[in-house]
Amino acid sequence: MSELVIETKGLSKRYGDVIAVDALDLAVRRGEVFGLLGPNGSGKTTTILMLLGLTEPTAGSVQVLGLDPARQPLSVKARVGYMPDEVGFYEELTARENLVYIAKLNGLPRDEAYRRIDEVLARMGLSEVGDRRVATFSRGMRRRLGVAEVLLKQPQLIIMDEPTQGLDPEGARELLHIIRELKGEDITILLSSHLLYQVQAVCDRVGLFHRGRMVLEGTVSDLAQQVLGSTYRIQLQADGPASTLMKALQHLPGVVNIERDGDNRYQVAAANDLRAEVANAIVTAGGRLLMLNVEAPSLDDIYARYFQEVEHVAAA
Amino acid sequence: MSLQLKQARRERVREGSPWTGLWAVVAKEMADHLTSVRMHILEVLIVLTAAGTVYAAMQSLRNSVGQDPFLLLKLFTTAREPLPAFVGFLGFLVPLIAIALAFDSVNGEFNRRTMSRILAQPIYRDALLLGKFLAGLFTLALVLTAIWLLIIGLGIVGLGVPPSGEEVARSLWFLLASVFYGGIWLALAMVFSVVFRQPATAALASIAVWLFFTVFWEILAGLIAPVLRPVRFGFPEEILAQTQLELTLTRLSPNTLYGEVMLALLHPTVRSVGLVLPIQLQGAVLGTPLPLRQSLLLIWPQFTGLVAATILLFALGYVLFQRQEIRA
Repeated sequence: MSELVIETKGLSKRYGDVIAVDALDLAVRRGEVFGLLGPNGSGKTTTILMLLGLTEPTAGSVQVLGLDPARQPLSVKARVGYMPDEVGFYEELTARENLVYIAKLNGLPRDEAYRRIDEVLARMGLSEVGDRRVATFSRGMRRRLGVAEVLLKQPQLIIMDEPTQGLDPEGARELLHIIRELKGEDITILLSSHLLYQVQAVCDRVGLFHRGRMVLEGTVSDLAQQVLGSTYRIQLQADGPASTLMKALQHLPGVVNIERDGDNRYQVAAANDLRAEVANAIVTAGGRLLMLNVEAPSLDDIYARYFQEVEHVAAA
Repeated sequence: MSLQLKQARRERVREGSPWTGLWAVVAKEMADHLTSVRMHILEVLIVLTAAGTVYAAMQSLRNSVGQDPFLLLKLFTTAREPLPAFVGFLGFLVPLIAIALAFDSVNGEFNRRTMSRILAQPIYRDALLLGKFLAGLFTLALVLTAIWLLIIGLGIVGLGVPPSGEEVARSLWFLLASVFYGGIWLALAMVFSVVFRQPATAALASIAVWLFFTVFWEILAGLIAPVLRPVRFGFPEEILAQTQLELTLTRLSPNTLYGEVMLALLHPTVRSVGLVLPIQLQGAVLGTPLPLRQSLLLIWPQFTGLVAATILLFALGYVLFQRQEIRA
């Protein structure tokens, strides 16, 4: 069942002396949402362009849906939907006319094209404005039109470059909702972003890019384990003698670190979710538990920590 | 063994036709051209020019109706002070239209951020570039044909003389030459639109080249020829060599080529567009018109020159575009 939709081996791209992508091994399974993370200029967009056959790799191999994008670009591009980071449309044409052009380039027969256009416009909530010129569209509407265009060719794989960039929170939320819906339809999605909480919300797996290399890969909790060491951070508030409580907590198996944040506030770092054990320990030690909360690791933490470490190593 | 070879060859060959989607691009680009404000302005300009010059020409031709067998062609070439002839106007209106059609064809797509989206569709870059070029050429042909019909119509109504087959054939060849003359400037503007990211820069560069050939090239040719082939002793051979070099140099300019094609096609009595020595005129009945075949033969090199320059410039733009990185 783990059919690979994207597989790259030793994929590299060099622009003169600059190495944009360095020996990338990437594998994305069917039906998965994979997030490419990394700062600007870390090679995400170059990787995407190579997957689409829009840029020739300097070395290595790419397989997209079992095809080689450099040799069979038409078959690849007919099956893969691509939404660039800045979606542009022909401003003087209406939304519908823009889609008709794309449908024609895809060689769709006329009736089929019109049927699909109505369908995708309705799906993206653009039916009402389909005959308005794109020049009058807001950024959020343009993004949705971008998704409509991608859906027009009924792709098996969708690649989105920075899909939520420049959107207001409401627009971003809508777009993430759409991505989740598409995932439910067995469409594989590859997206790149540097907005971490959004990626975390929709991605099954992520890959962290740094200077053209994918330095970390896995689920968000995997990465947290690798980078932060402990996965769970438990915050609690309890009245009682601090030293007794600290001692009681330290004896719990799986606790990595305890910090006292304030008068009666503590932060426990643990390898797994120890909420019940912590509550029990506080109460048995004679403390009055006021508040208990677990904070799942966020990609932001992982990201920040990872790049901190990288800089430390570089400085040393 | 042979199977392996065949497979290897197949792998090196790109999949599918490079022209997939070509006509979709042509249709879309032509629709854009024909509805754009830019094009409407140029159309008004050229229609006004045509109407004005042809009307003026008719005023002066009225008196000679019936004497001249090529009255219709005279409509194109007769000037009446203060207006130049229609063909004189065409010499710079055609480049202007062509440059206006193409100067933002490629960089415009980058600036609108549509390039990567379009190239992510199942087409090759070849189809996009050729589609844009053909759309420009067809638009140009459409405009020029409309003008051509307008002039012939005006001629029939205004002068009351139906055009002869020979006249129609000559003016049709002239129309074709005009389209390819425009093709050169179209391809040139397209090359600049690939090279420069700013449409304004591309437009200015194209206009600069056009001005260079229109105004300065003839002067330069007149300066270069005496330096390379000086007349030291005043022999006729020396003078001949110098003049011939100057002529060759001016023919590097598309304007000169177009001018010569125009001359031979629209003036059937013209027997040569280059140097004529008295000895070559022996036995010629001066002032008698040449048949169309002979006139065509006369300017065939110029005509193929126009076509070849168009193709070469397009090929240059094509190579540059294929090598361009798509990321903006």
